[in-house]
Amino acid sequence: MELHDLTVRELRQRLAAKEVSSAEVTEHVLRRIEQLDPHVGAYLTVTADQALAAAKAADEARARGEAVHPLAGVPGGLKDNIVTEGVRTTAGSRVLENWTPPYDATVVRRLKDAGVPVLGKTNMDEFAMGSSTETSAFKKTRNPWDAGRAPGGSSGGSAAAVAAGMGYWALGSDTGGSIRQPAAFCGVVGMKPTYGLVSRFGLIAMASSLDQIGPFTRDVADAAELLNVIAGHDPKDSTSAPGRAPDFTAALKAEAKGLRIGLPKEYFTEGISAEVQAAVRQAAAELERAGATVEEVSLPHAEYALGAYYMIVSAESSSNLGRYDGVRYGRREAGADVPAMMTATRALLGSEVKRRIVLGTFVRGKERLPEYYMRAARVRTLLRRDFEQAFEKVDVLLTPVTPTTAFPLGRRVRSQMEAYAADICTVAVNLAGLPALSMPCGVGADGLPIGLQFIGPAFGDAQVLQAAYTYEQLAWPEGAGRAWRAGKEVDVDGH
Amino acid sequence: MATETMVKPVTEYEVVIGLEIHAELLTDAKVWCGCSTKFGAEPNTQVCPVCMGLPGTLPVLNREAVAYAIKAGLALNCSIAPEARFDRKHYFYPDLPKAYQITQNDHPLCRRGYVEFELGGETRRVGIHHIHLEEEAGKLMHAGDRLMEAEYSLIDYNRAGIPLIEIVTEPDIRSPEEARVFLENLKSILEYTRVSDCRMEQGSLRVDANISLRPKGSTKFGNKAEIKNLNSFRAVQRALEYEVRRQTEILQRGEEVAAETRHWDETKGVTVAMRTKDEEDDYRYSPEPDIPPFEVDPAWVERLRAQLPELPREKQQRFVEQYELPAYDAGVLTADAKVADFFEACVAAYGKPKIVSNWLMGEFLRLLREDGAEVQDVPLTPEGLAELLTLVDRGVISGSIGKEVFEDMFRTGKSAAAIVKERGLEQISDEGELAAVVDQVIAENEDAAAKVRAGEMKTIGFLVGQVMQKTRGKANPKLVNELLRARLVQE
Ligand SMILES: [Zn+2]
Repeated sequence: MELHDLTVRELRQRLAAKEVSSAEVTEHVLRRIEQLDPHVGAYLTVTADQALAAAKAADEARARGEAVHPLAGVPGGLKDNIVTEGVRTTAGSRVLENWTPPYDATVVRRLKDAGVPVLGKTNMDEFAMGSSTETSAFKKTRNPWDAGRAPGGSSGGSAAAVAAGMGYWALGSDTGGSIRQPAAFCGVVGMKPTYGLVSRFGLIAMASSLDQIGPFTRDVADAAELLNVIAGHDPKDSTSAPGRAPDFTAALKAEAKGLRIGLPKEYFTEGISAEVQAAVRQAAAELERAGATVEEVSLPHAEYALGAYYMIVSAESSSNLGRYDGVRYGRREAGADVPAMMTATRALLGSEVKRRIVLGTFVRGKERLPEYYMRAARVRTLLRRDFEQAFEKVDVLLTPVTPTTAFPLGRRVRSQMEAYAADICTVAVNLAGLPALSMPCGVGADGLPIGLQFIGPAFGDAQVLQAAYTYEQLAWPEGAGRAWRAGKEVDVDGH
Repeated sequence: MATETMVKPVTEYEVVIGLEIHAELLTDAKVWCGCSTKFGAEPNTQVCPVCMGLPGTLPVLNREAVAYAIKAGLALNCSIAPEARFDRKHYFYPDLPKAYQITQNDHPLCRRGYVEFELGGETRRVGIHHIHLEEEAGKLMHAGDRLMEAEYSLIDYNRAGIPLIEIVTEPDIRSPEEARVFLENLKSILEYTRVSDCRMEQGSLRVDANISLRPKGSTKFGNKAEIKNLNSFRAVQRALEYEVRRQTEILQRGEEVAAETRHWDETKGVTVAMRTKDEEDDYRYSPEPDIPPFEVDPAWVERLRAQLPELPREKQQRFVEQYELPAYDAGVLTADAKVADFFEACVAAYGKPKIVSNWLMGEFLRLLREDGAEVQDVPLTPEGLAELLTLVDRGVISGSIGKEVFEDMFRTGKSAAAIVKERGLEQISDEGELAAVVDQVIAENEDAAAKVRAGEMKTIGFLVGQVMQKTRGKANPKLVNELLRARLVQE
């Protein structure tokens, strides 16, 4: 096993045993980024000096025999919509290309306090609006396993970094699938925690009632490790859940017996390719063989989720994006007067962002808000009830993540509706505020990974991790994020 | 053909006024962050990522601001909502950091209250439609008159995020004067409750006025004009008086008043059209997803109610009963809680409420006004005033000298005795000393003295005045009178 391909837990053991130092590991990964990232394009900003300083500090603490945090000295990356003090944070947008924040997001503070080195900031769709990372104002990110394919999005840079060994973990954000879909495309584990489990303070908002920060890792246990650092109440985020988060690693044990799995029939539709459906059903069958029960369940309002999702995302994001006016921070374009300056600055926004601003501004109109936004809010309630009813019968839901394996870069979607339909398996989870984890469950005919999604009830994050861990131990005991590829090398052809 | 004289009937109009009052709350911290709300700091020194609306930041509701808004609601007889919800009001302006203002659109904290006050011998009641909690924007300073013409503009975000309540009245006000008197009473209640310091000159209290006219007896509202830029209660009254004249003329010409927003020009004394209601922006309100609905615990509301101080009308009533003051005196003294407190402290130190009232309503309030001072900044103490009044009572100084001494005490805080001594103001009550002056005055005013001798008693006042002049007001007038009578009047 190459040093950069270790899991967080494996690396931690080596660090604890002093077989390797964090500084050596961090230098190794930084070198790999230097060599590989020109081909992959996962990072927008690399913070080598800061990462090395944190690594050395962790080494020194270990050398002094101090009780260090389990993740101390284990380097990873942050999606570039997570605010970092003193390090440029762009959210993939031209309007923030020169913005250096004066504060740290709560998750960043927690990572720093744990002695975790941050390698840099990863590429993303502009303001997290997209599903291929191609709406980034700065660069394309390539799928590490096929340079002609998209890494998914909007957290494509984070997924690609973890997949390509350019970090042991990365944080992303998920508003409608932005962690789970790129995890599926890049063949790694990605988790969207329950809304409110992880502080949003310092996450550049897209849709405030849906956004949630979560980890990318190479196996399920690592996701639990990361969640242990970032989860928990934050007084700076009024939507964060009160109380202490549980220890997510403590509950991990491979136990299929007694696990009740539901397959929502609405998520196995003709829009989902046959090989994806087959791979997911096979995962269910493996769990069933090991003692789990599997039954079909129904989420009757599933078909309304997409419409409601786009109403809410557009309405909330267009409101959140009003502040990029060139007055206080970021880029400012010249204008004859203040309104002209604001207009010129906002013209820097990309077309996908503008499309959603226009739609969102429309649906927030005085006469239209009740018809669109409020109706969408009612759909949310119905969806939440659907899930609650399903979770009376089962512990977790098992579903596909995406209709296909990674699609080609530059794919021209035949219609916006087609692109939006790709979100069908992921968006309802955000609308209902539930935890969900995406992990590889097989390989498609094109040699690319197929994703599997576990969905749990609100604050059943440990339950989701437990089920995913059980499946991983059965099917991919070396870690789902690397076992599926069996020696496959990162594609640096750059075609 | 007979000619008919057309007499156009003069329609009488009823004035309908509603007010929107913005009052900054006196909390120590801003409403979404911990920044200070202190007035007058260097620009942009009381800011943080949250109140600057930096990307990624989130608001956290300051419970104290909710408590203040609830107190205002209780003092204005409102019912308090069981749940506070917040909305975003969207517009682009450089002083608005997030391009939306967090406010309450559909679910205000307080509803259905009223203010009662006296006007022209009648008790009036003006309804409060609702009170909601919101945030202040920053403050723009233009190098030039207005945003559009300025060469550049500077923005101070110290004010951004200071909690604000908007009080919206029912259209119950029937005259410009009533609008002013209502505002004076409202201000007094908010100050009593220590919810706001209500300083219009610092912008911590702002008023917009809606006014329309309708034929007397009609129940349908006419088109209303919304008047902005009202910088004082006097300006509110003047602007509304102007509007009454303007709208009356329009209606009498048989035309329709435009529904529009108008700007009060203080120097020209006119209102000027700014924009019509059709052109008004849609603020695209939407629920604020970053602040969950805030449940208002009824027990908390009751605790806040218990903390309310005695309010102006209650205090006025008590002053009438307890101190046997005329209602007018009680009204003047209780308009400002600090003046009322000062009055009570003076009475405690000296007694004789009516005399204290005369001094406070006369000299004290006059000097406060002249100096633009606040009660708490005045060095004069109630004990000091008591000492002064005692000196007057004992005849050590005359009443008119007392006023001079008072002015000195008001500004320097020195004791009355010290001032009297320092300036040699003791009343001359020494009979020998005064007799010499009296004799001199009689000698110098033979005519007047003759008139008094002839029984024309009113001329004795003139002679007393002459004595007072010669003694620079220090002579004991009672003694002077006695001495003059002894010399000029045959018993
Ligand atoms: Zn602040």
